[in-house]
Amino acid sequence: MSLGGAMEGQSVEELLAKAERDEAEKLQRITVHKELELEFDLGNLLASDRNPPTGLRRAGATPEAELQALARDNTQLLINQLWQLPTERVEEALVARLPEPTTRLPREKPVPRPRPLTRWQQFARLKGIRPKKKTNLVWDEVSGQWRRRWGYQRARDDTKEWLIEVPGGADPLEDQFAKRIQAKKERVAKNELNRLRNLARAHKMQVPSSAGMHPTGHQSKEELGRAMQVAKVSTASVGRFQERLPKEKNPRGSGKKRKFQPLFGDFAAEKKSQLELLRVMNSKKPQLDVTRATNKQMREEDQEEAAKRRKMSQKSKRKGGRQGPGGKRKGAPPSQGGKRNRALGGRMNSGPPPLGSKRKGGQHQGGKRRR
Amino acid sequence: MLIKGGNANSMVTQVLKDVYALKKPYGVLYKKKNITRPFEDQTSLEFFSKKSDCSLFMFGSHNKKRPNNLVIGRMYDYHVLDMIELGIEKFVSLKDIKNSKCPEGTKPMLIFAGDDFDVTEDYRRLKSLLIDFFRGPTVANIRLAGLEYVLHFTALNGKIYFRSYKLLLKKSGCRTPRIELEEMGPSLDLVLRRTHLASDDLYKLSMKMPKALKPKKKKNVSQDTFGTTYGRIHMQKQDLSKLQTRKMKGLKKRPAERITEDQEKKSKRIKKN
Repeated sequence: MSLGGAMEGQSVEELLAKAERDEAEKLQRITVHKELELEFDLGNLLASDRNPPTGLRRAGATPEAELQALARDNTQLLINQLWQLPTERVEEALVARLPEPTTRLPREKPVPRPRPLTRWQQFARLKGIRPKKKTNLVWDEVSGQWRRRWGYQRARDDTKEWLIEVPGGADPLEDQFAKRIQAKKERVAKNELNRLRNLARAHKMQVPSSAGMHPTGHQSKEELGRAMQVAKVSTASVGRFQERLPKEKNPRGSGKKRKFQPLFGDFAAEKKSQLELLRVMNSKKPQLDVTRATNKQMREEDQEEAAKRRKMSQKSKRKGGRQGPGGKRKGAPPSQGGKRNRALGGRMNSGPPPLGSKRKGGQHQGGKRRR
Repeated sequence: MLIKGGNANSMVTQVLKDVYALKKPYGVLYKKKNITRPFEDQTSLEFFSKKSDCSLFMFGSHNKKRPNNLVIGRMYDYHVLDMIELGIEKFVSLKDIKNSKCPEGTKPMLIFAGDDFDVTEDYRRLKSLLIDFFRGPTVANIRLAGLEYVLHFTALNGKIYFRSYKLLLKKSGCRTPRIELEEMGPSLDLVLRRTHLASDDLYKLSMKMPKALKPKKKKNVSQDTFGTTYGRIHMQKQDLSKLQTRKMKGLKKRPAERITEDQEKKSKRIKKN
């Protein structure tokens, strides 16, 4: 017995040793030895190897094989890391959940600025009203089950009522159902209007007011005229292709209104502006509004281009596409589709005589775009 | 967006086409040549990016002074943030290596080797730019069998070797497969030429994260230097006399003792009164 016991003990040890060796062999296939650990960013599937590439330096001119070996090692390490992530099965595919990417990269667009509070939010803040947490389901007596608070198959559905009592003071011949539907439409429209107003306040734009646009039976001639003008302009092309009646005249007063200062206003401001004017007139150096200058130049060049193109197409049409007027073309056609470099003092090609007399020597890089 | 310069030669055009193939469907390759110089004038690049809503670009050109030039750059708010000019010394295209390629739109794995990538600011920006350019869209889950190709950048002796390999997963004894690589894609040997890096404050501005994205701090959890996590629990005031403790059966009061105790308490009260 004891002999058997000793043999058993030996075989157990042997088995353990063999198992360890097997494990090591298995792991050998996927382990890679590196001096410095790699840095992993699994959210981006990224690995950075900081080890100095000594093997490659020896390779010399064609390091392809060494590069491939290095790549294989690094990829093996990255895959080892990825295979350790928590996995789940999604439609017969093994899917690993990636963590958030840790490398900080610059944003593409600036951070959105905080919106101004809506009217309700301001009011709630003032009064200290907090949002009440409401349950999703409400008990519906009629159907005897839990139904949602709003939406499809809601608990107390106004629209599904088959009986509405005529209230005391109302006209008995009035259609209460139609009245309910109308009231709902008005509430929806009011909500929409408030939403648009909030948006306009957030973007500091003006909401086009629809003051006189609702057709009542009795509107004056001016109101009707105004409504008609607004309707003409509210198309996708802002009224450019709307037809007019045979003898209809242009609407008057549809440009921007100019604002004038009152005659006797702020004396200090008036004095300041007069002195500024005198200073500008006396100074030897010309003042230049870069934005306006560049816009003007751009417009002139665009007009020139358009005129040339028209001439080209006309001539080619007339002469059946002769190459004659080729000489008239400018030497290097400007860069495609783009707004050209507006650097003053940069490569300003021939163009018309620049903007009268005012030119400041290349300080600015082209003015701002038309705003 | 991938743009050709006024004098792009066939090598540069092929490079741009290959990168476009790698980056489909998120890239746009402009077919016509554009006569601009990115390092002198950035307005046309900015105009293109505004029109196509792309903020990463690659511009290829070729002239005697800078042969086989590739400018890779990114924008912030449609203004150029960083631009780095690389010269292509050797190029093997996708179609020169004859084997099957991986489907387009797969997210590649990126590996940077060589300690040069952290030494100079130029190289660090280049690394960040390459990550930005070549990583695909950010996803939360990834199919493990769908990891198909890997882009490997090595920085050595002032050159940057860009290789792309297709992944072959072989059986190993355990769950994690053994990797074999097969060269698939474009391979480029690049040399760093000029750079136009953003000023520090512009870079800082572009790195600003909105409050919502900042990692939230968990309250009442702290870690000490050894990595042990500590938690804090806040308790209400307890009445210690009513505390439930372990009961020792041997010390339990026997009925006789309890009676004597009651009598003692009664006598004490009478005395007080």
